[in-house]
Amino acid sequence: MAQVSSIADEQSSQSITLRIARYNPEKDNERRFMEFNVPYEKWTTVLEAILDVKKHFDHSVAVRYSCRQATCGSCGMIINGKPRLACFTKISELDSNVVTVEPMNNFPIIRDLAVKFERLFDTHHKIKPYLDRDDTELTSDAKEFMQSPEELEQYIQFANCIKCGLCNSACPTMATDSSFVGPQALAQAYRYVADSRDKGKDSRLKIIDDSHGIWRCHFAGSCSQVCPKGVDPAMGIQLLRGYMLGFRS
Amino acid sequence: MRESTIMKIHYGTALAAVALVAVHILMRMTMNFADSLEYETVLANYKFIPYAIMLELILVLLSVHGFNGLRVILLELKQGRLYEKAVSYGCLAAMFGLIAYGSRTIIMTNMGMV
Repeated sequence: MAQVSSIADEQSSQSITLRIARYNPEKDNERRFMEFNVPYEKWTTVLEAILDVKKHFDHSVAVRYSCRQATCGSCGMIINGKPRLACFTKISELDSNVVTVEPMNNFPIIRDLAVKFERLFDTHHKIKPYLDRDDTELTSDAKEFMQSPEELEQYIQFANCIKCGLCNSACPTMATDSSFVGPQALAQAYRYVADSRDKGKDSRLKIIDDSHGIWRCHFAGSCSQVCPKGVDPAMGIQLLRGYMLGFRS
Repeated sequence: MRESTIMKIHYGTALAAVALVAVHILMRMTMNFADSLEYETVLANYKFIPYAIMLELILVLLSVHGFNGLRVILLELKQGRLYEKAVSYGCLAAMFGLIAYGSRTIIMTNMGMV
């Protein structure tokens, strides 16, 4: 186990063992864990602990991050067995002396904690994540599309998705079906189908009405449990099914 | 056929099968359970046309629902164009095979050929 020496080390009275999964698909046959003793404060996040390790002990640890405030959706990883954002997870709230970080499940690994997002972006792009209507050309007399608070309420929580991929990582169907659209894309399909300004409902429903589309969701609900932004993809999928079965229009 | 149409059939056959199997179980309760399994009683059920039609319907509903369920499970286990076609057509063939064999039994018994 490596001891991380930092300025915080001298001031902090608490420390945890941070286990980081190391794996380079080009060199390694299997995943291994490296352990570091990291000091922390009440407000220290898992991402800060990983960056502490990178700064003071092993700069080769691969991790993707950007905003550090749960907005960019870059630092998703498995923390103590659960998909979470590293920047949004405080070490103190984990209630454990050992914090294990691994790359997200159901994503190909680039290296260590960094994963490839191609499949997520492909499926997201596939469901047309934009308002689909013919009259969007700007003209001199163009006005904004009006929407009532009730209409906004139909989809607003789904607009909070930051494409972090935690829902896809937690989804059991994603683990077995490599062609499954996934909860992220399905929730976004609902977000646009339920938007009163959108006119592309039929084409969007057609896209997800596939043998690896919406019907392969088993409603495990794990996607909704792990979303850091409070989006409920499982509910979105069920509401979307309502449209397809003719219960909603 | 669109996946939503297949799934509507899947849900519909499940609901209808539950209803008809409930009727089937209720009919068994009109007499002692052991008596209802007597050879002559079973033959009599098949010869009673409304009951034979109900058994045929249960056979069709459960075959359609069951083999589509199997298709869905197999599609989730492995992916690939050829594999998926083989699974879909294989399940369809097995479904028709089972319905044909079961119908043969019902018809033959109904006509007194057994």
